[in-house]
Amino acid sequence: MAEIPQSRAPNPKSDTPVPVWRLLPRQHLALALGLVAAVVISRFSGSIDAYLVDVAIGIGINVILAVSLNLVNGHTGQFSLGHAGFMSVGAYLAAACTVFAGPRLLGAAPGPLAHNLLFFGALLIGGLGAAFAGLLVGIPSLRLKGDYLALVTLGFGEIIRVIFQNVEVLGGALGFNGVPAYTDFAWAYGWGVLTIFTVSCLVNSTYGRGFIATHDNEIAAQSIGLDTTRYKTVAFAVGAFFAGVAGGLFAHLKLSIDPRGFDFTRSIEIVVMVILGGMGNTLGVILAAVLLTILPEILRPVAEYRMVLYSLLLIILMITRPQGLLNFRFGKTRL
Amino acid sequence: MNAAPMLSVSQLSVSYGAINAVCDLSLEIPQGGIVTLLGGNGAGKTTTLHTLSGLLRPKSGRVTFCGEDITRLPPHQIVARGLSHVPEGRMVFANLSVAENLAMGAFLQTDKALVAETREHIFALFPRLKERLRQTAGTLSGGEQQMLAIGRALMGCPKFLMLDEPSLGIAPRLITTIFEKIVEINRTQGITILLVEQNANLALEISSYGYVLETGHIVCQGPSRDLRQNPQLKAAYLGG
Repeated sequence: MAEIPQSRAPNPKSDTPVPVWRLLPRQHLALALGLVAAVVISRFSGSIDAYLVDVAIGIGINVILAVSLNLVNGHTGQFSLGHAGFMSVGAYLAAACTVFAGPRLLGAAPGPLAHNLLFFGALLIGGLGAAFAGLLVGIPSLRLKGDYLALVTLGFGEIIRVIFQNVEVLGGALGFNGVPAYTDFAWAYGWGVLTIFTVSCLVNSTYGRGFIATHDNEIAAQSIGLDTTRYKTVAFAVGAFFAGVAGGLFAHLKLSIDPRGFDFTRSIEIVVMVILGGMGNTLGVILAAVLLTILPEILRPVAEYRMVLYSLLLIILMITRPQGLLNFRFGKTRL
Repeated sequence: MNAAPMLSVSQLSVSYGAINAVCDLSLEIPQGGIVTLLGGNGAGKTTTLHTLSGLLRPKSGRVTFCGEDITRLPPHQIVARGLSHVPEGRMVFANLSVAENLAMGAFLQTDKALVAETREHIFALFPRLKERLRQTAGTLSGGEQQMLAIGRALMGCPKFLMLDEPSLGIAPRLITTIFEKIVEINRTQGITILLVEQNANLALEISSYGYVLETGHIVCQGPSRDLRQNPQLKAAYLGG
């Protein structure tokens, strides 16, 4: 017979996964601070060099893309190569909203509030459309594992691209032009903060431990009663939603979108950020997104070697830090 | 012994594509008993367990648990009915702590007091888990991981526990401990157990009834006492 050890009651804070609401105070604070900071910094962005602001917004968009893909590829362990596809759904939907519905909704002399509301609505529609696309692709294909899922998502990305290339209303192969310039620093970073907040709250909650359990061992997760298909679908839809929002922001930053901008290499770029940052490590992934956005700018004189440098960086990193840039925990990746 | 069986399987066949892994398998497990399913590599033991817990769909046949047909239910609904599965190879969640692994086991439990009580039971059973509560599960030893896997399954308060080769890759000294604990779980908590093993000697020692599986067919069955004396079986699994 085993003895019952008479020790102190286990500390509930560190022994059990924390329920969502208990996390909220601290994380809510971070969310509020982040949003305020985004708006305040945005006020001063007029006096900063326009090129730098542009790069900074690009960083924000890439952070959204990488952190949302990290929920799917990193935390849940479902290797998706279709993030650019979801991004394009959001980009085209949001752009269509502001270009076609915008003038009618705004009336003759719209104030800045009307513009911002329109943009917010357009981004939401773009995100929801992308999430719907995520469900559409996810539900049949999430029964597939590993390489097979990667191939299906890759195929989806290409199909989407070809569809947009052939829809004349949306500009077809020439690209969709005349998108209003709504994206500024506040929008990009506001959504960035919101993405980080949502993903980390989701993963650090009791419910969200299921994502990591699904990643660690699907059979074990099923054996204790987790509906792993549902977890994968939720991760896929949430990931696609934020990719769609990022697409909307991207469209209203570049003012012209082209199907070729959302091809396979774009997806790979985002996957590289996730792997470089360390699968399932939010902070590392943010850092990698920043690094990989700045790097090509610094290397602008040798831009044609960008992909070579990417590859070289990846090879060096995989040899020296297979667990990711900022990962100091045991066994996040098993190679 | 002769009460209505807790789990009964009739004419179960499972195949992977064209390959039949399990053919026409029928077995009955009485409430409160320990039944063992023996067989060598590739005999279909793990396939059988995976089918019972809903991880695999059978080609034909029927699985009845507590009088209810569960053949085509998804895994999470089967777990909810009180049938728990400890998969082969100590499948713990390597990136989660011991405490989090246990908490995941109670995923379908809503009664907080019951969960806390079950946790104390498990600590009494495996004091080692309490010592390692905050350690990442992937850093535990093989035996500790097996304890954790069993503890995690118990967190779901099952009526019926299926253990897939709990002795696999564990230090011999710990194997005895784990088997003692299996008996203890059965005796003190009244949980019915289906034990899949290659270590036939030990399995027959703690079980009351045994089935022997060979290339997907049941070739032999009977009370464990008789099986231990069976000359064929002795030659094949018990080391003479």
